Amino acid sequence: MAVNALKDYPLRVMDGVDKYRGDWLINVGWDQHLMFCAPFMWPLPPAMRFGDLVEKIMPASFGAHPDFARIDWSKVEWLKSGKPWTPDFEKSIEENGLYHKDSLRFRTPGLNGIKGSGS
Amino acid sequence: MDMPTTKKKLGIKERYALMTRGLDWETSYQPMDKVFPYAQFEGIKIHDWDKWEDPFRLTMDAYWKYQAEKERKLYAILDAFNQNNGHLGVTDARYVNTLKLFLNGISPLEYMAHRGFAHVGRQFPGVGPRVACQMQSLDELRHAQTQIHSMSNYNKYYNGLHSPTEMIQKVWYMSVPRSFFDDAYTAGPFEFMVAIGFSFEYVLTNLLFVPFVSGAAYNGDMGAMTFGFSAQSDEARHMTLGLECIRFMLEQDPDNIPIVQKWIDKWTWRGIRVLTLVAMMMDYMLPKKVMSWKEAWEIYFEENAGALFNDLARYGIKMPECAKQAFIDKDHISHQAWATFYQYSGISNFHSWLPSEEDKDWLSAKYPDTFDKYYRPRFEHWEAEAKEGRRFYNTTLPQLCQVCQIPMIFTEPDDPTQICYRESDFGGEKYHFCSDHCKHIFDDEPEKYVQAWMPAQQIYQGNCFPEGADPTAPDFNAVEEVLKYYNIHNGRDNMDYVGSEDEKNFAEWRQTSTKN
Ligand SMILES: [Fe+2]
Ligand SMILES: [Fe+2]
Repeated sequence: MAVNALKDYPLRVMDGVDKYRGDWLINVGWDQHLMFCAPFMWPLPPAMRFGDLVEKIMPASFGAHPDFARIDWSKVEWLKSGKPWTPDFEKSIEENGLYHKDSLRFRTPGLNGIKGSGS
Repeated sequence: MDMPTTKKKLGIKERYALMTRGLDWETSYQPMDKVFPYAQFEGIKIHDWDKWEDPFRLTMDAYWKYQAEKERKLYAILDAFNQNNGHLGVTDARYVNTLKLFLNGISPLEYMAHRGFAHVGRQFPGVGPRVACQMQSLDELRHAQTQIHSMSNYNKYYNGLHSPTEMIQKVWYMSVPRSFFDDAYTAGPFEFMVAIGFSFEYVLTNLLFVPFVSGAAYNGDMGAMTFGFSAQSDEARHMTLGLECIRFMLEQDPDNIPIVQKWIDKWTWRGIRVLTLVAMMMDYMLPKKVMSWKEAWEIYFEENAGALFNDLARYGIKMPECAKQAFIDKDHISHQAWATFYQYSGISNFHSWLPSEEDKDWLSAKYPDTFDKYYRPRFEHWEAEAKEGRRFYNTTLPQLCQVCQIPMIFTEPDDPTQICYRESDFGGEKYHFCSDHCKHIFDDEPEKYVQAWMPAQQIYQGNCFPEGADPTAPDFNAVEEVLKYYNIHNGRDNMDYVGSEDEKNFAEWRQTSTKN
């Protein structure tokens, strides 16, 4: 539904893809690891290798969790917009079919947070 | 020469009619639609503004007299409190952090409410609501002022209270209360009245003020307690105005019912999300606790608002759908919010800390179904880490909900271990939400919410650095620059309470005031 307004209501998108000097915002959350209170968001170049996100960006953000070092990345299950998704680590973010403001989640079966509490 | 006067005393009703009615006129060279341009576009149909009943029948002269009397009493108590170093009598300096939350996150909203009511007071064609809104507008200005005055004494001694008007505009989590009000007063006048006058001032107000005012009383803060009581008689008037406005709209035309219901649904949820901050304050920030958030929710929402919506049923108004989720969330949100502020304490203007053993046992008792199972392990892990010198500070920016602007910290109603993800596509881009209800609000008016000033996004766009900062410089420290932009003094206003200047000073001052 459209906004009910008195006059013309011009569209002003505050976080459009044009606002990040060529980067895209990418969101990643780690299921059952709510010690990180919310999913993370980074501005990333679309040409960045997906594996670099996992190997170079994510450790600084997720590494404080004791489970992080135990992750077997070949067994990780990924979700994109809530649906199962398989990334190719060697391909770029763009080549993986991702786009600005996409939301990814990953699950690590067997690793279920502090004392299995989902934390 | 003596003028003979007829000294006939008028009754309240007569006096009120003379002082408030028939003061305006029908315009001749401008159509009334142009004089009141906001009166119709929202689709609310009003046939007879004279049907508006003002249960208070307060006239402006009486208003000034009452308010002046209240001010005199308030400032007498404040002076005494300040002169006697009342701040040293609070339970613990941790308590002052609730004042930081209030002064920065709530008092500026009083000022926004002042502006909002001045605006809608001007825009309603009916004189009854105009007079009532004008008075509420002045009340709200008074609330902002008295709050700032009573807390200014704390600003002399404690950190983080130095710049509320700036912080409400800039600091990340402040966008939650601020965007709530921005959303309300960029709506039309009728929606504003449902948003603030009814949903906030009537349905939810007790959940905001009772916790803060009783929290102050329980923790020895006479100053904050007194401004709460001084505002209370105004609040009674505001509640009545909100309810009268709803009743009036519903009685004027049956076509108004679905519009009003939609706004009640939206604003009850918007308000509930903002109250997450109060939930965390009650359960984690008050050294001496009044009651749990869950208990407050049960009394003030489930019981009181339940009765209110039963009354409104005769107009065809139903309890908002979101109450079902709030019923589940009451067991979780305070823990989720405090865990958030604990980890993002590096970029906050107040301190955070871990619950003590005693606190944790209290939380277990108050939240038998959730605290031990989901939240105790998280806090105990952080405790162990802190003991090893690894106090956990999260330094990566979170994904936020596009509507309430809270980081996506809330969990699925049927699974407390799973973050709730919702999204919508609009104009070729994705938007993310914390809940079905925030998504629903977005989907109804996407053009409005794509304009949201989202604090994490704004940092990444480079809009939250002080003037002259150069993000391309090799030694550029983004966090430090953001803190400067926020006017948060790094290492003093932020981080853990343990080891803070506040903690150290309070201990010293108390020592000198109680020992030789
Ligand atoms: Fe107020
Ligand atoms: Fe939300």
